[in-house]
Amino acid sequence: MIEVKGLVKTYGAKRAVDGVTFSVRRGDILGFLGPNGAGKSTTMKMITGFLRPTAGTAVVGGHDVTADPVAVKRKIGYLPESAPAYGEMTVEEFLFFIAECRGFKGPDAKRAAAERAIQLTHLVPVRRQTIETLSKGYKQRVGFAQAMLHDPPILVLDEPTDGLDPNQKNEVRSLIKGMAVEKAVILSTHILEEVEAICNRVIIISQGRVVADETPEQLRARQPGARLDEIFRTLTLSDV
Amino acid sequence: MITPVFKREFLGYFRSPVAYVFLIAFLVISVALAFSRYGGFYRANLASLDAYFQFYPWLFLFLVPAAGMRLWSEEKRSGTVELLFTLPITTLEAVLGKFLAAWAFLTLGILLSFPMVLTVAYLGDPDWGVLIATYFGAILMAGGYLGVCSLMSALTKNQVISFVLSLVACAVLVFLGLSGFTDTLAAVFPVSVADAVSNFSFMTHFDSFTKGIVDPKDVVFFLSLMGFTLFLNVVVLER
Repeated sequence: MIEVKGLVKTYGAKRAVDGVTFSVRRGDILGFLGPNGAGKSTTMKMITGFLRPTAGTAVVGGHDVTADPVAVKRKIGYLPESAPAYGEMTVEEFLFFIAECRGFKGPDAKRAAAERAIQLTHLVPVRRQTIETLSKGYKQRVGFAQAMLHDPPILVLDEPTDGLDPNQKNEVRSLIKGMAVEKAVILSTHILEEVEAICNRVIIISQGRVVADETPEQLRARQPGARLDEIFRTLTLSDV
Repeated sequence: MITPVFKREFLGYFRSPVAYVFLIAFLVISVALAFSRYGGFYRANLASLDAYFQFYPWLFLFLVPAAGMRLWSEEKRSGTVELLFTLPITTLEAVLGKFLAAWAFLTLGILLSFPMVLTVAYLGDPDWGVLIATYFGAILMAGGYLGVCSLMSALTKNQVISFVLSLVACAVLVFLGLSGFTDTLAAVFPVSVADAVSNFSFMTHFDSFTKGIVDPKDVVFFLSLMGFTLFLNVVVLER
């Protein structure tokens, strides 16, 4: 459902993303791993149509992101890093706004879509609070609710469990796992155990290039007996 | 898809104290100036709002950048710009939605000066044609200022920088038409040059409205200024 073809992004002389190619099928949960600054977020921003690639493209659900970004944006639910939201709005107001932008017509359809997202992400107790007064965990859930409100076939999640406590992390993971059956999911993280817990594929990116694209088992088999973080270190050594 | 952006932005002014602070400050200052010795509302002894509207180009110089500085800077600083531009909305729709919301807010402020109209209507017999033309001109001029401010706001994620840039750009567009400036210019260059330069000023084009003249060329000036700045706004955001 996602075909990423030779994505390049340069900032001045620096190549932040340098020819990244991979594909994601329905039912995949792809773990996107790499040191900070390796180009994970930049790649995701190009797939979601927020940044224009310097070269290459991504085809998402049959639409080329450089040719028809709006069609791509319709298919994707995107949780940006640190889940930005309009702080002065209440959770409900915010989700109604998203529903409207997502093309839900009429108050009933909007309410139903927002209600479903609120239930799924357990936001009921804070639905009438303004977002700026919420704790980090709740803010992250608002970001989640926003991303899955239109039940998209593709989810792109940038560090979805960052800053959450262990219980919240578990909850978010089971949420992702539960939804992934009929969706394609890309999630970036630097928590290796998370990849083992929910992903069925791993891509490791280092200095803007893909250095591994395999299943978690294959990754583990690279150095039998070694811990995942040791394997990760070996693969991304050039980045340190 | 302009509507949701417009609604969120317009209501956004009222979700924080911004709207109330702005509207009260705008009305208090503009009315106080009209009644002050510089305005001379009573001294003129005329049933007109010239004393009130003559300060608008100067007030807008500060107040429109204050209302417009957050349009894009705030989105960039808080990261919501990433959210907005991964929703199925084009850049043009987002720019128009936000601009129209801020313009509607400024229009609301201008129209809330209606007690001044009631006052002159009570004290005398004002020329309604002139009043309506002046209000129309003031709203158009607010749009012109706002286009500049929206563009400046898209250039930076810092609201202070956005405010100062807007102020400077608008000040240039005001001063180009100031008689002191155009007279100096006319002394050095041919009069046609001075005329051409002053044609880029808010002052020049607002003046005829306050005399009750709705000249298509003034309307076109403000509309094309808005169109041009909003076009650049889209270019800056898509860059």
